Amino acid sequence: MANEVCLRTLDHDQPWSLEAYRAVGGYEVLKRVLQEKTAPDDIIAEVKKSNLRGRGGAGFPTGVKWGFINRSAPGDRYLVCNSDEGEPGTFKDRDILRYNPHQLIEGMIIAAYTIGAARGYNYIRGEFQEPYERFEAALEEARKEGFLGEDILGSGFDFQLHAHLGAGAYICGEETALLESIEGKKGQPRFKPPFPALFGLYGRPTIINNTESLASIPVILEKGGDWFKDLGVENSGGTKVFSISGNINNPGVFEIPMGTPFKDLLQMAGGMKDGRPIKAVIPGGSSAPVIPGAQMMELTMDYDAIQQAGSMLGSGAVIVLDDTNCMVRVLERMSYFYYEESCGQCTPCREGTGWLYRIVHRIEQGKGRQEDLELLDDITGKIAGRTICALGDAAAGPVQGMLKHFRDEFQYHIDRKRCLVSAGG
Amino acid sequence: MTEESTITIEVDGRALKAAPGAMLIDVCDAAGIHIPRFCYHRKLSLSANCRMCLVEVEKVPRPLPACVTPVNDGMKVTTNSPMAVEAQKGAMEFLLINHPLDCPICDQGGECELQDVALGYGSDASRYAEAKRVVADPDIGPLVATDLTRCIHCTRCVRFGAEIAGIRELGATGRGDHMTIGTYVEHAMGSELAGNVIDLCPVGALTSKPFRFQARAWEMVQRDGIAAHDGVGSNVHYHLRRDQILRVHPKDNEAVNECWLSDRDRFSYQALSAADRLLKPLVKQGGEWRETDWQSALEAAAQGLAQARGDDGNQLGGLLSPSASLEELYLAKKLMRGLGSANLDHRLRQADFRGDPPKVPWLGGPIAELEEQDLVVIIGANPRKDQPLLGHRIRKAAMKGAEVVYFNPLKLDLNYRAAQWVANPRDWVLEVANLAKAAGVRKGVVNKIKVADHHKELFKRLKAADKALVLVGDLAMGHPDYGLLRCLAAQVAEAAGARLGFLTPGANGVGAALLGVTPGEGGLDAQAMLAEPRKGYLLLGIDPGFDLENPAQGLNALMKAECVVALSSFRSPDLETVADVILPLAAAPESAGTFFNIEGTQQGFNGAAPPAGEARPGWKILRVLGNLMNLGGFDFNTPLQVRDEALGMLGDAAPDNGFEPDPALELTLPEAELLRIGELPIYSVDPMVRRAPALQATADAQDAAYLRLNPEDAKRLGFTAGDRITVSQPQARKAVFEARPDPAVPQGAVALCTAIPGSQALAGRFGEVTLEKA
Repeated sequence: MANEVCLRTLDHDQPWSLEAYRAVGGYEVLKRVLQEKTAPDDIIAEVKKSNLRGRGGAGFPTGVKWGFINRSAPGDRYLVCNSDEGEPGTFKDRDILRYNPHQLIEGMIIAAYTIGAARGYNYIRGEFQEPYERFEAALEEARKEGFLGEDILGSGFDFQLHAHLGAGAYICGEETALLESIEGKKGQPRFKPPFPALFGLYGRPTIINNTESLASIPVILEKGGDWFKDLGVENSGGTKVFSISGNINNPGVFEIPMGTPFKDLLQMAGGMKDGRPIKAVIPGGSSAPVIPGAQMMELTMDYDAIQQAGSMLGSGAVIVLDDTNCMVRVLERMSYFYYEESCGQCTPCREGTGWLYRIVHRIEQGKGRQEDLELLDDITGKIAGRTICALGDAAAGPVQGMLKHFRDEFQYHIDRKRCLVSAGG
Repeated sequence: MTEESTITIEVDGRALKAAPGAMLIDVCDAAGIHIPRFCYHRKLSLSANCRMCLVEVEKVPRPLPACVTPVNDGMKVTTNSPMAVEAQKGAMEFLLINHPLDCPICDQGGECELQDVALGYGSDASRYAEAKRVVADPDIGPLVATDLTRCIHCTRCVRFGAEIAGIRELGATGRGDHMTIGTYVEHAMGSELAGNVIDLCPVGALTSKPFRFQARAWEMVQRDGIAAHDGVGSNVHYHLRRDQILRVHPKDNEAVNECWLSDRDRFSYQALSAADRLLKPLVKQGGEWRETDWQSALEAAAQGLAQARGDDGNQLGGLLSPSASLEELYLAKKLMRGLGSANLDHRLRQADFRGDPPKVPWLGGPIAELEEQDLVVIIGANPRKDQPLLGHRIRKAAMKGAEVVYFNPLKLDLNYRAAQWVANPRDWVLEVANLAKAAGVRKGVVNKIKVADHHKELFKRLKAADKALVLVGDLAMGHPDYGLLRCLAAQVAEAAGARLGFLTPGANGVGAALLGVTPGEGGLDAQAMLAEPRKGYLLLGIDPGFDLENPAQGLNALMKAECVVALSSFRSPDLETVADVILPLAAAPESAGTFFNIEGTQQGFNGAAPPAGEARPGWKILRVLGNLMNLGGFDFNTPLQVRDEALGMLGDAAPDNGFEPDPALELTLPEAELLRIGELPIYSVDPMVRRAPALQATADAQDAAYLRLNPEDAKRLGFTAGDRITVSQPQARKAVFEARPDPAVPQGAVALCTAIPGSQALAGRFGEVTLEKA
């Protein structure tokens, strides 16, 4: 039951090739849609039926998002794919680009057809040189086959698709900062509303979807929204590509149905390294609050279950930590990331992320003060929900999670000026 | 806002009417409900970055920024609920953690938005115990001082550059709390509106370099005034301590200067305390200048003028600054007429007086309407530098999609997209003539030329445009064929149904024209009274080496005169060479008066500061002079009496660009190997501006000192950048300037400014020049 959707070419030789993609039925959906001139509303209805939720982390229903576009309004529209996969722990879109780029391309062409976009961009993370090259090569193949360009397959539908390599800023994964970056400006999020569906790239209506979301489209339309939905569980349709890393034997990418128990995923990843006990799991990328290991072993991997446990499924980046990890040190590293990656535009994030990092760093260095933990609680509350984009929430989440579940370790650092874990506690 | 289109929202329990989609902060501001803010500015785009204006909106779980939250019918907002106040205090705490809190040594102290808001939303002690950010301060020029450690990253200055000044000079580089404001590669701001960032900066990160460290806000009093350096008539606040003007701020007037001020109007006050400020009356006796008392000086002036006049009033001439007040101009005219002279003029930089002049030249419409034009044709002007806030309005029109076409003898550095039709000073006239021919003009110089398609197309668009404007500026006025250019421009405007406008000189060019500070019946104009030297002259507010179209001719004529009486705020070598009596004149900020700005708006002002030394307001000096010369009707006790009499004389007179074009005017500028282009630089327009050290240190002022010529011409003549070049003009002394090849200058032309040091030796602003290496 693995690798049925986005990674369905994995068993083939050179899975990224057009040949391999054709072998699994690639581009057939596109041909059908263009031949039959399927009504865009029908496509949207099918995607809504599939219960596909945005795989970039926010989990917004893809079909609903597409429905926001007013196709009868005059002027250009754009389709943008967000492959700026920068969340620490996340490397699922990288493998879709590496191993099944054509499916993303087919998904984007169908999405563009649905929303009436004649031009699309795939914004790829700056460090993804190899995936970028694979994607460019696939684009070239698709152009040669007439899947891209003018009058695609004689249907009268035009669509030009370009890859755009980022330059390494995490914030450009935020969809409006990404648009600014494509426009050649400093990558800084825009305030919303207006949302991109109304005012997006170059001020035009724009749909932005995650790589995995768009790559799921051809399979959803091939096998039906119901089929996809039934792969998963209530509120979490389909499969999900998880990237699992940390203190495990076999870190990697696994496409499994939504609702799969975490312990099964851990087993696929080879179990805990050296058989050590599981201490904690960050279930959805570094911005998802941490969940204690024991609790995690009882959870299933779907939106609702993880949310009920006080965290989020996010991008499906699962970071597994064993008992050798000092949680103060873990948080220090994560807080440093958000401090470095805050764009600096709005006050709470610009000033608050640095403050958070400096306090956690101080605690880790054995210079913590008694009031620090309450201060951290208070600062995170003043960042979360107060910023232009979600980076503020992302920076606050890990701190809040760590203090909720591992407060004693922080308190120990403050009281004893040394680490509980290395002290053998 | 019609009744149907309004919605009702509730803010802090008050029902407010609003336009749907209006931003909450604007609706609250209009109702007098205060919401703290830093990044928001009504003239700049929204950015929502400071997060200080967070308020609680019913049914929304988190606080929303009022500056970017559009209002909906029935919306319920609380600006002071526990959630809103907690959010506002949270933003305040973040803004302060890295702020140095160096208020005691900060120039903004006492008038700082951060200080003010911190009083309401800050805490008495900081919880931030970590190291604070420190930022190195770049040098961004002579006008604006930086202390970027204090910056709160509101980006008002950045947005100002991109949206208003039209040059992205300041930007935010770096991420997170490494973000800093700067020019990236350190360089001076070159905008003519740069000083506005001082007002925009809510903290002490960008302050006035000339003013800083001189006074605290609470030590100063504020007095209103009208800026005296261009036709905009920007409304200003003078800030004084112990009767000394220490700085100038804009005073809001949407119709005139909005909330902006040009750097020229902002920093010219420095001249009030210039080292060569004239503090006592001067009389020349036996070739030596002697300070004297007012009585003796006035008597010497009266006697000198009377002697020079003899029994022929026509032997006297009056050259009056177009920036003098209505009161001064009126009394000067009354004095000259009383002495029997019709030789009077304020058009001192105009080269050609052929043809019927416009009745009272002016902009042709309200300043604010400039930004609503669809097509603007500009002949012989650089509004961006000539009259910066008019340039700003034209830029606004261009940004909204208007087409702007320039006819100039050299290419301008513009801050918006516009067509520039550049030709050397002679062909330039023919270019305008081409457009006139396309407009159907069939007589005169147009007969000899061939009209091109692009002229026809432009005329077609001009005719089709809903709101079209043809503007004639200073560079055209300084051309020896101005009469012809003006005539062609008027015919084009007439044929196209476009409005005609003149970018008149000085702060009171319209007032001077209304008063008729022009030759009377049989009188001589500014050129003629110097070409045919008189025996006596009255100079008001001018420096003859700098403020005349042809300084060589002017100085020569003045030298020969028996008596030159000058009213001047400053000493100057040229003035001291030619004058016999120099009477210390109060500068505009030191005197009450009235200006008619370029759109014809009458703006009165009081003296903000007492005149320096023994200087006296012009109206007082002229009043006494009139009385001493036994002319009746000079019994005024207040400037208001002068104003009332002057206005009474104006009656219903109004600005009027109408005149009878004379198709017979010929092109007089002869062909030559090299023709001069005598631009008037932005920081040379009047004696005050030329004495403001900060303005003189700007790139605009420094660049004006060079002799610029096309690189091809430079190559042909064997000149390279930095060469010292001797310039000769017929009937002028030689002068030496440094060469700078510049492709903006067309071949066959030499850009050599007027009113710059060294240019006093030269003749007219246009005409043949010869160059040789010095």
